[in-house]
Amino acid sequence: MTTLPRVTGEAVARIEARDKVTGAASYAADHPLDGLTHAWPVTATVARGDITAVDDSEALRDPAVLAVLTHANAPRLADAGDPMVAVLRSPHVAHHGQIVALAVAETLEAARAAAGAVRVTYDEQPHDVVLTADRPGLYTPDEVNAGHPADRRRGDFDAAYAASEITVDAVYEVTPLHNHPMEPHAATAVWDGDALTVFDSNQGSTVVRSTLAALFEVDEADVRVVSEHVGGGFGSKGTPRPHVALAALAAKAVGRPVRLALPRNRIAAVTGHRAPTIQRVRLGADADGHIDALAHETVTQTSTLTEFVEQASVSSRMMYASPHSLTTHRVARLDVPSPSWMRAPGECPGMFALESAMDELASACGLDPVELRIRNEPPVEPDSGRPFSSRHLVDCLREGARRFGWHDRDPRPAVGRDGPLLIGSGVAASTYPVWVFPSHAEAYAGSDGRYEVRVNATDIGTGARTVLTQIAADALGVPLDLVRVSIGRGDLPAGSVAGGSSGTASWGWPVHKACTDLRQRVSDAGGHVPDGGLFVRADTEQEAGGGTEYSRHAFGAQFAEVQVDTVTGEVRVRRMLGVFAAGHILNPRTARSQFIGGMTMGLGMALTEGSFLDPEFGDFTERDLASYHVAACADVPEIDVHWIDEDDPHLNPMGSKGIGEIGIVGAAAALANAVHHATGMRVRRLPIHPDTILLGL
Amino acid sequence: MKTFQYERPADADTAVALLADAPTGAYLGGGTNLVDLMKLGVAAPDLLVDVSRLPFDAVEETGTGGLRIGAAVRNSTLAVHPLVRERYPVLSQALLSGASTQLRNAATVGGNLLQRTRCPYFQDVGKPCNKRRPGTGCPAREGAHRDLAVLGASEHCVATNPSDMAVALAALDAIVDVASGHGPRRVPLTDLHRLPGDAPDRDTTLRHGELITAVELPPPMPGARSAYRKARDRASYAFALASVGAVLQVREGLVHHVRVAFGALAAKPWRARTAEEALLGEPATTASFDDAVRHELAAARPLRDNGYKVPLARRMAVSMLTELAAASAGGTP
Amino acid sequence: MDGTSEVGLRINGKPFSRVIDNRTTLLDLLREQAGVTGPKKGCDHGQCGACTVLLDGDRRVNACLLLAVSLDGADVTTVEGLADGDRLHPVQQAFVDHDGFQCGFCTPGQICSAVAAIAEARAGWPSVVTPPDTPPGPVEPTAAEIRERMSGNLCRCGAYVNIVAAVREVAR
Repeated sequence: MTTLPRVTGEAVARIEARDKVTGAASYAADHPLDGLTHAWPVTATVARGDITAVDDSEALRDPAVLAVLTHANAPRLADAGDPMVAVLRSPHVAHHGQIVALAVAETLEAARAAAGAVRVTYDEQPHDVVLTADRPGLYTPDEVNAGHPADRRRGDFDAAYAASEITVDAVYEVTPLHNHPMEPHAATAVWDGDALTVFDSNQGSTVVRSTLAALFEVDEADVRVVSEHVGGGFGSKGTPRPHVALAALAAKAVGRPVRLALPRNRIAAVTGHRAPTIQRVRLGADADGHIDALAHETVTQTSTLTEFVEQASVSSRMMYASPHSLTTHRVARLDVPSPSWMRAPGECPGMFALESAMDELASACGLDPVELRIRNEPPVEPDSGRPFSSRHLVDCLREGARRFGWHDRDPRPAVGRDGPLLIGSGVAASTYPVWVFPSHAEAYAGSDGRYEVRVNATDIGTGARTVLTQIAADALGVPLDLVRVSIGRGDLPAGSVAGGSSGTASWGWPVHKACTDLRQRVSDAGGHVPDGGLFVRADTEQEAGGGTEYSRHAFGAQFAEVQVDTVTGEVRVRRMLGVFAAGHILNPRTARSQFIGGMTMGLGMALTEGSFLDPEFGDFTERDLASYHVAACADVPEIDVHWIDEDDPHLNPMGSKGIGEIGIVGAAAALANAVHHATGMRVRRLPIHPDTILLGL
Repeated sequence: MKTFQYERPADADTAVALLADAPTGAYLGGGTNLVDLMKLGVAAPDLLVDVSRLPFDAVEETGTGGLRIGAAVRNSTLAVHPLVRERYPVLSQALLSGASTQLRNAATVGGNLLQRTRCPYFQDVGKPCNKRRPGTGCPAREGAHRDLAVLGASEHCVATNPSDMAVALAALDAIVDVASGHGPRRVPLTDLHRLPGDAPDRDTTLRHGELITAVELPPPMPGARSAYRKARDRASYAFALASVGAVLQVREGLVHHVRVAFGALAAKPWRARTAEEALLGEPATTASFDDAVRHELAAARPLRDNGYKVPLARRMAVSMLTELAAASAGGTP
Repeated sequence: MDGTSEVGLRINGKPFSRVIDNRTTLLDLLREQAGVTGPKKGCDHGQCGACTVLLDGDRRVNACLLLAVSLDGADVTTVEGLADGDRLHPVQQAFVDHDGFQCGFCTPGQICSAVAAIAEARAGWPSVVTPPDTPPGPVEPTAAEIRERMSGNLCRCGAYVNIVAAVREVAR
């Protein structure tokens, strides 16, 4: 067999690019079906209570309306152990915006009108929706998201902090944030006897399939979930969400195919969001900036339906040398929509707080913020004492500083000016852990010299389909165009969720394993594939299922320059630069897009995205895209991204770390620190809207 | 969205006659606001009379050197019209500050003037709102009101008018031509929209069935400068937190003609008449502008979270007038 | 009350006529009746741009806010109608070359919007960032101009940097 140049590491264009630019790529609501009907949700207008009556008489007057499903008349779903999909099961309303009924009609127009005509009466109960740091009812959860302990203590924080020469004590706040993938949560469902087919928008159809099987008490083998193209998720499609259960339920009830695409303004309430956090960070250091004491205490909220605790204090356990450390989480269980994953849960809001506090410490010590971070580089991971499998934060900081021209700036705040604009720059570190989950794959060699690889990966825009093809081609030792990778179907070999920046590692590993094995078999067969082909299966239940003796994280450094308009208080970004160390970069083209995309979302978090939970009604005020301001094209300047290629043997056969989330981590802090440098104002509550600046100038 | 009848009459008389007989009907222009509100259930007309193809699609010079803009002219067409760019920069800039090109390509001049508030309570049929359902209350006063009014509001309503274009038209002393079964009438733009008082459900002084057919601009003041500026939460495609449109004519260092209008501060484009009167004949300096604008904004009655609008509007107006004065002194076109 | 009307349009060059519910938007007509699913429903309220299509040439609009009944006689071009057979439209090719998308959901709208934005700048349409003293004639497609002109199309994956590069390449 000849040796081909490796294609991993090459900037291969997305395999589905042509389909995406011509409109041929089909998403969950794009599949035509004979006899298709449409559903539209009715949502609760109270934050807590019980449904006492549903009047659907006006809705059903239109003959095009097939059904109005409620807890009282819908087929009853079994308990799948996930409250998010336990739809139309109970008259109880746990939060404003909960789906309480579903209108199903021949047309979209009729379904929407019918939903609007349904009258629901409630026995309304008092609700509790306001989070404060000192409110009653805050409790310590057993664990926080990703399985971390709620509290960790090392050394004696109080004593060390009290003895520190320089201290920073500040509270940082992040409002609720909404994922808002451009594709609303949608599913098209059709039953054939006990067999269910669902075209669904999700980040992992293996779990959607098993959940639907449990809900409807049918065999998994009879549930087909197709998710070939998914219009983004950012965590909000990480587990099955109500839309897919409702579509399947409605299809069963009316005996017809049903499509449900959640209206944009209903998404925030039922598909998860980033929980608000109130984070107190205390840093105690010597005059040279060496941190002796670090406390990061997070207060957040969850719903009465689920316990999800944003693990905002967790990255403070491993970022910097800190002999005396206290990191905690307290949570209030409120009558609010259920929070869930949003791009880099924990690290994203947590590093806004920690990296802002580091900037404050640098100011307090009179130190350059890049130098301060370098001085606090830990020899081993402070929390566990384990060695890092690789850690190149210092290299990222130095390389970023050089490329950005960091050391050319005047470090004094509020001195940079360009007419009515104040100019400033900021830096922050990024980090994200390495996750890998067991997955399965199959590889097939045809006698025609072509190969097919099957793995239930999901491409939510990351480029998974492309990078898996690259991994397969290299492992097989064949050109890219001879390999076809099938993903995005629940009946493919089980793949883990496209979340936690784990996809490439988790799916790539069994693909690599299967293809390596297949290559050997082809070789064993004398390089000739027999008629009928060769076929292998592989899984990583062993390799990816166990622990590791290393602390494994990606790192990065972000630099930003902003301008602050002294007339309006508007903050606009002039440039951003990110340098990352995330193992081997397998596809520079799609990787660069991932890093930039994360930084762009971080820009939105810092400057434009804010959500207000209305105390009177218990819902989010900014529910649509006119009021919840995702950054627009005009907000986003040139973003420059570089990386330091790491050779880390402790990861996976490809040597990769995840890259989907690290870009958002630290971006908001870099921008807030730049605002401080521009204005002298320390903004500790996001987003940094014009009113905040204006009232502080 | 409830079922409705659709008519597309060929002329204005027929359009007016159709709606005169339909107490819950509405005119359809570009639909960018009305269709949005119909989907939300906020508007539920049983008849739509499509006026977007009526022959009101021209922008023409008037005999006196002004400009007559047909009500069906698209916002984008008006924004890029050479005469508008040259003679009424404030109007071109205001239009280009609003929405997106896609929306401006659909929205008509008449429809833009009649767009309704973006108040989140108004847009949510599951909540009380005096503008949508009189007598149900106004949760915005205690709730979410960061974007809402600081001037001219009432205990019943704190909504703002979201139009950028209307602010420029207010600063330009535009006149609105209206047709109805009782014959045509002309309404100064500044009298078109109304403050909420105790009837916040009525956004304008138009009676049911009256149809905007054109907007007329008086001739530009010789040597006057004009501009529009908008502050917002993101750099584009967002409604204003506050905006200002101004026209300034300076002679020998003194203010000879001045018009200032604010957007996003009130239920109507807010003509700063107090400031204008104070400035007339005064030196065109930052100090006089600042005094006059402070005077104007002394009437503001902010709520808990929208007090920033007062300094925001003041700074924007003073800085704009200062720039316009400098441009006048510099003599550049 | 009947609430239906007959409407006839051309969609990507092909005639389409039918009696429709007056409530039907152009977007829903395209997606649910004409089988043209390139235009996407991201918000259904003119707040995201994913449904952007071209009317009567290069006039870009949000298909979600237009009632189909009001468009009788219109010529509609969607992302499906841009390529010349197998040859991609230059804007489509530039999006591929610059990785101007990730999930691809906003892409049909972005591409239609970009086609129109380039035409608008060439036709001398100013934007809000065009200096007021710019002489008439084609507007230089700077990055700032493209960013402003493309702001009616949201992208949550954050592909703007690459989108701007793609549009710039074609606009030059």
